[in-house]
Amino acid sequence: MSQRPLALPRPQARHPGLNLGADHAHEADSREEMVFGFWVFMMSDLIIFGLLMATYVTMLGGTAGGPGPKALFELKSVLIQTMLLLVSSATFGMASIALKYQEKRRLVMWLLITLALGFAFLFFELRDFHTMFEKGGVPSRSGYLSAFFSLVPLHGLHVAGASVWLVALLGQMAVHGLDAPVKTGILRLGILWHFLDIVWIGIFSLVYLGGLS
Amino acid sequence: MSDTTSLIFGRLGWDALPFWSMLTDHSWLSIINGVIATGAAGMVVLGALAAVILVTWLGKWRYLWSEWLTSPDHKKIGIMFIVIALVMLARAIVEAVFMRAQQAVGLDSGFLTAEHFGQLFTTHGTIMVFFMAMPFLTGIINYVMPLQIGARDLSFPVLNQVSLGLTAAGAALVMISLVLAPFSIGGWTGYPPFTELARNPGAGVDYWIWAVTLSTLSSTLTGVNFAVTIFKKRAPGMTLMRMPLFTWTALCTAILMIFGMPPLTVATGLLALDRYLDFHMFTTDLGGNMMNYVNLFWAFGHPEVYILILPPFGIFSEVFATFSGKRIYGYKILVIATMCIAVLSFTVWLHHFFTMGQSAHINAAFGIATMLIGIPTGVKVYDWMLTMYRGRIRLSVPMVYAIGFIMLFVLGGMTGIILATPSVDYQVHNSLFLVAHFHNMLIPGLLFGMLSATNFWFPKATGFRLEERWGYRAAFCWIIGFMLAFFPLYVLGMMGMPRRSVAYFEPQYVPWMIVAGIGALAILCALLCLLIQLWVSIRDRHTNNVFAGDPWDGRTLEWSTASPPPEYNFPVIPEVHSLDAFMTEKEGGRAWRVPDHYGDIEMPANSVMGVVIGLTSLAMAFGLVWYMWWLVIAAGVITLAAIVGRGFVRHTHRIISADEVRTTHERWLERLRQTAPIDRSREQSTDNHGRAMPPVEGAVQ
Repeated sequence: MSQRPLALPRPQARHPGLNLGADHAHEADSREEMVFGFWVFMMSDLIIFGLLMATYVTMLGGTAGGPGPKALFELKSVLIQTMLLLVSSATFGMASIALKYQEKRRLVMWLLITLALGFAFLFFELRDFHTMFEKGGVPSRSGYLSAFFSLVPLHGLHVAGASVWLVALLGQMAVHGLDAPVKTGILRLGILWHFLDIVWIGIFSLVYLGGLS
Repeated sequence: MSDTTSLIFGRLGWDALPFWSMLTDHSWLSIINGVIATGAAGMVVLGALAAVILVTWLGKWRYLWSEWLTSPDHKKIGIMFIVIALVMLARAIVEAVFMRAQQAVGLDSGFLTAEHFGQLFTTHGTIMVFFMAMPFLTGIINYVMPLQIGARDLSFPVLNQVSLGLTAAGAALVMISLVLAPFSIGGWTGYPPFTELARNPGAGVDYWIWAVTLSTLSSTLTGVNFAVTIFKKRAPGMTLMRMPLFTWTALCTAILMIFGMPPLTVATGLLALDRYLDFHMFTTDLGGNMMNYVNLFWAFGHPEVYILILPPFGIFSEVFATFSGKRIYGYKILVIATMCIAVLSFTVWLHHFFTMGQSAHINAAFGIATMLIGIPTGVKVYDWMLTMYRGRIRLSVPMVYAIGFIMLFVLGGMTGIILATPSVDYQVHNSLFLVAHFHNMLIPGLLFGMLSATNFWFPKATGFRLEERWGYRAAFCWIIGFMLAFFPLYVLGMMGMPRRSVAYFEPQYVPWMIVAGIGALAILCALLCLLIQLWVSIRDRHTNNVFAGDPWDGRTLEWSTASPPPEYNFPVIPEVHSLDAFMTEKEGGRAWRVPDHYGDIEMPANSVMGVVIGLTSLAMAFGLVWYMWWLVIAAGVITLAAIVGRGFVRHTHRIISADEVRTTHERWLERLRQTAPIDRSREQSTDNHGRAMPPVEGAVQ
């Protein structure tokens, strides 16, 4: 084991939900760094979404005679997507609770449900894009549509990436069991998953509700 | 071109070779430019070949692979960053000399084509910002910061490798663009609509986009890594207000990287969407708006200015304190000033485009915000001067750079205040006055800072001092060369000469241009002096040896360990009780004590991730530039597989036994005790083996 500092100068925040095992203090120290680092990375990612949203707002008038929000969006489908994503956040929360109590079977179950909801979200989103394309709402049509397609699919790409990560974590769990790296992996994926939910709320309000109001 | 060829090579054809146009167009101008471009391409190819042959001849491939390329050690990664920076610095200086030469004879024509000149100023700017300055400061922080806070490595060593891989890939892409030309002619800022597909259908802008994007991603990840390390890995007792000032500036730089890099990722990403998928973000037609690009670019660009200048501020703070033999004056105020600058840097981006159509009120607000930054910066200058006041100043090489910096930087700051006034800016914007201003900030600021740091910390990293005679020559060549090369540009700017002009028709410009050209040659001399200094130092490494680790009577923790430090930096993590922790130990007679207890040390194991991601991202970027889609897909799949695969690895650490640590450490301590401590008057002599006699032992400073 590595040399432990003689005295910890400040109260170290822990992650009690993780149950990292016997050597809790040391593991928690090093794992906490990873989780904190991921939070910081998320802040950077949030800047990207924030800037794309601001850019989108400035491009609202740039439809260049092409179809605008009212001609392209279907609130019903978007509402379904919103609900799917919100529920997936709740199911991820259930997975986190299962993780806390080391119930591997339930953990896997909730993660799989979350994954299914994520896929369902992506399915509806792609279907929406398809409908938009059929109505002539392609990115090359106007600056407004370019801004839309630089913002919304980026969120979808994030969801797809998070899904790949989830599958990879399930694979790690199959190979290594529920060890500390898998646990912190799930914790960080949880941060990403809830973060994407919040970003989606922003997109839903700004792009869809704002566009249709 | 047949279908199969275009499937494999995309749009890459024979005409990408730099001598191709020379073969068809036999005009004098075409041949001169072809010869220059071919010479440059030849240098790249021969340089790469020479490196491969040298390593093979020395039989060092295995050593290079296991000790450097796959090493997660922050010290080695830092040095590799600096090597990239120096190679790119050499290229960009040569380009600058060509530009100065062109303009010196540029009355009515000159010897370079406009296209060639455009590539020169684009690559010069892109390289200097993204592939010289950024890797240089990243390398210095990488090396020094963990040592200063008493840590064994960064928080995420493998991520650090990936950052290095991404920067190396970007730098390699810029180098490849010399052989398979052309590079962009859109300037380092790459403003659309000029850089849109409609005006610039070639590969040049795409080279620029992907090189810059790789560098940006690298810096974002580096910022996360540095910030987390500083927040989480400080030695016990090192509170925030006991951190060395260099670490403080590293923290602020890291925060700026985290928040300042994403806007550029967005800007280049959207420009790429415009060019590859026919989006209309920044086009002139169909509702595109190029002002969004300008805002996004400078929302990155201005924090970037302070990413570049804050680390040198930290370096100079260390240098002034160490070589004045005094504690830094006004530590708290310097910390507050650094934070103020970091925050203000996000509020002034609009001053880069005062003339692009906003109302006078908005311009005024941003002009005032810009001038406000002068206040914390001025505070710093006074603190540095008061640190020197009544100090025992030693005019060492780092100190020459530091004093050159103070005088020239204040001058550049004054011209900045002039430019910050929108009404004046209308007169001189886009002229050589601006070029003179930002070179006046970046050469004495950033570059002198980096060179000062290199002279200061080189003995820490290698165990021997950099030779001083050539060091002084380099420093004075830099200072004089800078003044000769850039002061005339202020005058030329006032006379109305626009920046980025390949030729001009005003005979009054010529004398100033010739002086600037002579200045560029002096800077070339400075580069040569630096190379000679390095060569002489390596030749004399046995006599200049400072293994004991403290050649300058240092104040902070990095000087308390051996030179070069062991892989784990500190055999036992130090406890910190004050600012200038090591100086306090020396003054209390507690330095270099034998620890009571050694423990096993857990260090990160070697990993191939940095190399893999570096190569795949280079392949992906190259494929995107030349439309080789198979390469893009293949490289993308490998990248994803590597990242997923890395998650399955569990043996990410290795243990160094307590016995090994004890043996190494006590052998070093034994040698250190047999070394005579020397006072400061002899620190540049061969008596200096890195054990300083502190004033408390009666040394006359």
